[in-house]
Amino acid sequence: MHGKHLFGLGLRKPHYADFLDAAPVAVDFVEVISENFMVAGGRPLNVLRRVRERHPVALHGVSLSIGSADGVHLDYLRRLRELIDAIEPMFVSDHLSWSRIGSFNSHDLLPLPYTEEALARVCNSIHRAQEVLGRTLLLENPSSYILWPGGMTEWDFLSAMCARTGCRLLLDVNNIFVSASNHGFDASAYLAGIPADCVRQIHLAGHSQGRELLIDTHDQPVRGSVWSLYAEALQRLGPVATMIERDDNIPPLATLLGELDVARGIAAEQARRVA
Amino acid sequence: MSLLDLQRDFQSWLKTESNEVAARFGEPSRAGLAVYLNNYRAQLLACLTESFPAVRAWIGDTAFEGAAATHVDSVPPSAWTLDEYGRDFAETLDMIYPDDPEVAELARLEWNLAVAFVGPDATPVDPAALAGIDWDNAIIHLVPTFVLFPVSTNVAALRSAIHDQQTPPPVARLPEPASIAVWRNGFTPMFRTVTAEEAAVFEQLRQQQRFGDICGDLVKRMGEEQGPALAGSMLRQWFTDRVIAAIS
Repeated sequence: MHGKHLFGLGLRKPHYADFLDAAPVAVDFVEVISENFMVAGGRPLNVLRRVRERHPVALHGVSLSIGSADGVHLDYLRRLRELIDAIEPMFVSDHLSWSRIGSFNSHDLLPLPYTEEALARVCNSIHRAQEVLGRTLLLENPSSYILWPGGMTEWDFLSAMCARTGCRLLLDVNNIFVSASNHGFDASAYLAGIPADCVRQIHLAGHSQGRELLIDTHDQPVRGSVWSLYAEALQRLGPVATMIERDDNIPPLATLLGELDVARGIAAEQARRVA
Repeated sequence: MSLLDLQRDFQSWLKTESNEVAARFGEPSRAGLAVYLNNYRAQLLACLTESFPAVRAWIGDTAFEGAAATHVDSVPPSAWTLDEYGRDFAETLDMIYPDDPEVAELARLEWNLAVAFVGPDATPVDPAALAGIDWDNAIIHLVPTFVLFPVSTNVAALRSAIHDQQTPPPVARLPEPASIAVWRNGFTPMFRTVTAEEAAVFEQLRQQQRFGDICGDLVKRMGEEQGPALAGSMLRQWFTDRVIAAIS
């Protein structure tokens, strides 16, 4: 065990007013999409600064593209560093994926092959990013719809990545469930395979059934099956910061706080069992 | 396949939907490729929809979706932030609607308002603090979000009506060349149509010419009476608009 249970929500536009109201919102931290605030000024940045006065903030990026074969972009890292210096976040995270190659940026979290070549590339980029950002990065396991043949397992890749770079993990339990379903691996084996002492944060989210695959949509409540996997994860990880992601079909804040109470209940139950 | 080759092929798949490229990934990847392709296109279309609500309202949902799809096909995203994707949409609309310039002009206006929304902060000059200014030698600095772009139609009135959910006026060509100024006042993006005369003065301000010299030019062009009167009225308007960031 390395941390304590903290419970947070994403800071999304429909809830700006709630987070700035006189009554404090019952969360231990908020998480924001870094790129939405890597801007020169204006209302969004002002809102973030005011929310930061009330809550710790985690920065969660989507554009680092740590797996790009041509490396990470220095200009992007410098902009992110400016935001880090201004906000002093509790975590800085992004995804184990790639989005950009050359001058093309897909703005999607595309799947990496889990090969030695990709591992070397990712580790090189993590070293570069951590050097420029002056921070330990958290990398999130992606949900994926393609499993490239011939590589190691995702959990072996994550373990080696942490060991070589000192980066830490943002474990998305919903993504484990989605990828396990799509690729036919055992989610429990995944949890057993990741280095538990490297996990600093957990994401929970909803998913939807696509035509053939499960899709990580973030537009639904967390499913029962994901709550069960969360309980199993906490058995292995102990106390850890947990956050619910909701990016579409966003309900009133009270609904999400209710979901966060479910997470609190599961964590409390796990703590009782350990005791 | 090397990592670089895989990523180049994947990029090609997203941009072209080429069956030949898809075949290189093998049959087990077929369903996954479709998901990524759908995510890619849906995200770009959603970005354009969110960035250009007035254009969508003006040309209608079907036409907008067609124009957005054309843009996605012809302009692959390249910036690190998705918010940049709408930057060239007005040029695509120029090509699709060559006889309806208000469509692209509406997009240019919406784009510049969006840019101003997250542009650098500035505190406008308080007119009450201007006593003793040597106006002849004064150099006026505009707020950093201020931009000016030429228009040929009554697009400002169209956008205002659409934004306020009123019936837009009939589209009309402006009788004389004009520009639209966009800036941010506090947290609110603002805009108004400016005459060619005022646009020329804004260009002189951008070049950091002294206010006395600018007034001298106005006197030459408009005479001893109208020149100073126009300069005074423009200055009052700029204070009202809160576009002056500093006077040095």
